[in-house]
Amino acid sequence: MEKQVLRFKVNGDEYEVFIHPKTLLVEVIRDHLGLTGTKRGCETVSCGACTVNINGASVKSCSVLAVQCEGLEVTTVEGLEKDGKLSPIQRSFLDHGSFQCGFCTPGMLMSATAFISEAKNPTKDQIKESIEGNICRCTGYNSIVRAIEAVTAGKYKEE
Amino acid sequence: MSHAKYNVINTHVHNIDGVAKVTGRATYTFDVKLPGMLYGKILRSPHAHAKIKNIDTSAAMALPGVKIVVTGKDTLGVKQGIWRRYEELCDEQVLPLEKVRYIGEPVAAVAAITEEIAEAALDLIEVDYEVLPAVYEPLEAIKKEAPTIHEGVERNVNVTRHIEWGDVDEAFEEADYIREDWFKCSGQAHMCMETRAAVSSFTPDGKLTCWASTQSAYYTQGLLAGVLGLREGDVRVLAPYVGGGFGGKFELDAAMFTSAVMSMKLFKPVKVCFTREEDFIASKRRTPMFYYVRTGIKKDGTFCARESRMFSNGGAYTGMGATALYLSGFFHSFPYKWRGYRYDGYRVYTNTLPSTSMRGFGAPQAMFCSEQQIDWICADLGLDPFEVRRKNGHTEGYEVPGQAFIQSCGLEQCINEIEKWVKSKGKLPANRGIGISSCGFMSGGIFNWFDSPYSFSSAVVTINVDGTVELHVGCQDIGQGSNTTMAIIAAETLGVKVEDIRVHSGDTAHCPADLGAWGSRQTLMAGNAVKMACEDAKKQLLEFAYAEMGINIVYDLDIKDRWAHIVARPERGLPYVDLVKKALRAKDGQRIMGRGYYTPHRKGMISPAYSYMMQAVDAEIDPETGKIKIHEVMTAHDCGQPINQLGLIGQLEGAASMALGYAYLEDMPMEDGKLMNPNLVDYKVIKAPEMPEAGIIEIDTFEPEGPYGAKEAGEGLTNPTAAALGNAIYNAMGIQMKELPITPERVLKALREKKEQEAQK
Repeated sequence: MEKQVLRFKVNGDEYEVFIHPKTLLVEVIRDHLGLTGTKRGCETVSCGACTVNINGASVKSCSVLAVQCEGLEVTTVEGLEKDGKLSPIQRSFLDHGSFQCGFCTPGMLMSATAFISEAKNPTKDQIKESIEGNICRCTGYNSIVRAIEAVTAGKYKEE
Repeated sequence: MSHAKYNVINTHVHNIDGVAKVTGRATYTFDVKLPGMLYGKILRSPHAHAKIKNIDTSAAMALPGVKIVVTGKDTLGVKQGIWRRYEELCDEQVLPLEKVRYIGEPVAAVAAITEEIAEAALDLIEVDYEVLPAVYEPLEAIKKEAPTIHEGVERNVNVTRHIEWGDVDEAFEEADYIREDWFKCSGQAHMCMETRAAVSSFTPDGKLTCWASTQSAYYTQGLLAGVLGLREGDVRVLAPYVGGGFGGKFELDAAMFTSAVMSMKLFKPVKVCFTREEDFIASKRRTPMFYYVRTGIKKDGTFCARESRMFSNGGAYTGMGATALYLSGFFHSFPYKWRGYRYDGYRVYTNTLPSTSMRGFGAPQAMFCSEQQIDWICADLGLDPFEVRRKNGHTEGYEVPGQAFIQSCGLEQCINEIEKWVKSKGKLPANRGIGISSCGFMSGGIFNWFDSPYSFSSAVVTINVDGTVELHVGCQDIGQGSNTTMAIIAAETLGVKVEDIRVHSGDTAHCPADLGAWGSRQTLMAGNAVKMACEDAKKQLLEFAYAEMGINIVYDLDIKDRWAHIVARPERGLPYVDLVKKALRAKDGQRIMGRGYYTPHRKGMISPAYSYMMQAVDAEIDPETGKIKIHEVMTAHDCGQPINQLGLIGQLEGAASMALGYAYLEDMPMEDGKLMNPNLVDYKVIKAPEMPEAGIIEIDTFEPEGPYGAKEAGEGLTNPTAAALGNAIYNAMGIQMKELPITPERVLKALREKKEQEAQK
């Protein structure tokens, strides 16, 4: 297979990369664009550390070929803050201590961001399900659930 | 203790690394990319036990893009181990010269211009093995006829440990009732989100820089220097952010070693990251243990004696396993007063991946056995499990004979609080039960088998002209939040705000040596060093303030909230920033710099201080499927004075999740030494939907040995959970779970056996 050109948007910026069609989205994000906020924690699409948003939906970027993103808009953890202002879920994570080692945090934030943009008065169980695909070995999840709950309850506004 | 007297301690402080972590700015070893960097991969043994007869690397070397292939012959062949004081326990060549002892053991490494080429080159390395008979279980490996895993080690017994106090036999004679049980405790993978990773860069001036995912930059520095034949000072280890540790990342690993060996030959940076599968099969794991427990008790519930024998599956090498052997035996006595206590532990080599320390350090296994047996004894004798624990529990001022002196101890309050909580739940529906378990844990080990010539913890604090503070510590933040805890202690001591403190850690070139993040040592030991350093700096400032303010020397001065003042008349003083500026000028421009350290002396055999806790687990069992649902976990917890409020909650909830995983989900089944579930599809950890509420009742105590009265938190709480779940199942279904993890199959088997027994009656 020959290399091909991929044109897509990442965090609002247009990118053009020349890649092998088998290249995974996570590889383009980390290795080609140097956006290392997105992590990898497994080879089996199990851990969620590489979660990004594609056109607003949360997706494990190790499960997608980069060429599938032609013309689409990808958001990574680096795209959550705007002009130095953190997004509501980022601030809520700080307030609730919803991370420890921080390695799962970028993926967790992206799952949460996609969920929050859709959710209307979610139950605790729905919040838990929204991060079911993201493994956190440090926190036991409850502080993450509290952080998402606070945002969905309207306690944090966009700055 | 009144929390109100503190300005910073136990207030709502954000994690100081938080902004970096929630914005993707935090750069882990996994993310490090240097100019000209090569990528390394490791070839691993497919055999559990085999002689390496020959390794042919020529085809791999010939592959375009490959820069080097190394085997044990390209190394100094140093047998290393973290128990540096004991030569016989330094038993691991990271690239072995003569034979492999477990499936997954490294045999060669490749560095190439891409990861894909390095991976492809592994297939071209030809290793000629002579397969040897192997043995996988300690009770098999200890037999006379078992194969020898390490030459000269009789019956594969790696380390033994005997702990004894009181007249055990006499104490047993006083007992009205004696009960014996066998237990089998499983291993557990640390499963850090960041797998083992290292980037090594050796330069022509003979200096090595290594970015490593480590729990102790200082240990990594010392161990690397030892195996590479370099001076410690010529090895710089950087660990800016570490994606979890849990006890699995303070030995020398193959990522560190192979990247360094190859970089030294190529004078180029080399990066080696384990895949998740490699991390499962060839890092290390919680020590599997077989426990025989014999306990003698009086009719009124007074504990007389306990005698236990433990055989642990050590795997192929020693690692930190020798420490787990001791601590398991010690905490198996906890948190109770025994007239006579005897423990004999045997760590046995097998042809499986080595076992080592993991959060709880041998105590979760010990408590699973002890705390369940106590409940069964209570049922046998018709005694109240809360009352029996209260009657025999540690109290302030108790001495564990020859082992430990207990200063602060909130165990009784913990038991009282959990008793209240359990009773408030009332009668539970069928197939649902609450189980309890109590325990205690250390606040840092006092042992120095690494043979560090440095103090256990050190800190240097420097005050800038604008009052901002540079705090240099060697303690390692692996996610548990030690940077924040140290910043809080520094801010409280100096009388400034947390945002005034910049913490420098994870860099051996700039930070003083510290043994690192293990055994719950950092809050107490590094915390004491930070407090001492800040008191030293503050004293220098206040000496100047006396002169500047021209006050009577009998007055006490202090700084709080950036205001230096007379303690008795707080309104009389001057701003801290003005004081710093003036003091700097007065000292001919010399910066105010404080130094602090901590090395334990006369603190017994184990630790200077102990945390205490009791936990209750509310669980429901489906009698048809054996499936377990955890409804709630509640803990009463004595960690002395809490320092880092948010960090503490996170650590305790996280401990509950990891310990629940150990109790009923996580397992490492092997067939002929091969791990059957080395991936996150088949290895089950707790995910958000399974995680119950895990509340905490804080018990107020003050630990005289700890900084501001603080002691251990976050590791000890992995100890009680498996036993508490076992007791919940016992209370709900009347079955005794003697094997971990408590899987649906094991529950169903126990239910079937119970039915059969009842039918026989």
